[in-house]
Amino acid sequence: MELARVVGTIVSEQKYTGLQGVKLLLVQPVDASLAPKGEPLVVADRFSAGIGQVVWWVGGREAALALTETFVPVDAAVVAIADDVYTGGKLARPEGKT
Amino acid sequence: MILCRITGNAIAVEKHPCYEGKIVLVCQPIDTAGKDLGRVFLAVDAVRAGEGDTVLASREGNTARQLTGKDSDPIHSVVLAVVDRVEMNDGTVLDGATRR
Repeated sequence: MELARVVGTIVSEQKYTGLQGVKLLLVQPVDASLAPKGEPLVVADRFSAGIGQVVWWVGGREAALALTETFVPVDAAVVAIADDVYTGGKLARPEGKT
Repeated sequence: MILCRITGNAIAVEKHPCYEGKIVLVCQPIDTAGKDLGRVFLAVDAVRAGEGDTVLASREGNTARQLTGKDSDPIHSVVLAVVDRVEMNDGTVLDGATRR
């Protein structure tokens, strides 16, 4: 599982049947202080994460398991929307949260 | 399995039900000298590890699901051991107990 910030959404009308209604997000991986690190990727999302929110996502076979329909061609999916990330005794909190 | 240092934990209210009651740790991969390698990742705790601990983590779904949940849970990585020390052939020792 990794942390990433939502930076956009992907709109695709024609896709695999099992993926109808599944939201696709463009996310930017972040490090423990929530600063961008690495290359953006697309993840499937059933939690309706919004732009700017920090999510944690799983890759591999487990990605499909995170969705409602589990036998689908997906290799990365959101499993939670992060509220707080504590590292080195410090709290990193996604923007917009108080 | 990957040698890591636990740098903290992550908290989420809205999450997949399989994460209810589980501790999710922030793992920083390290080399045998204790230096950071690459980006942090998250892993479910199976051994009550804590911040500053040197641990072994697995980033492979089958292991993670076996240790922490059901076969259908979307858990991909797990902390499966707390490392006391790493002894190298050249005599160098990484003390796992060193907390930062």
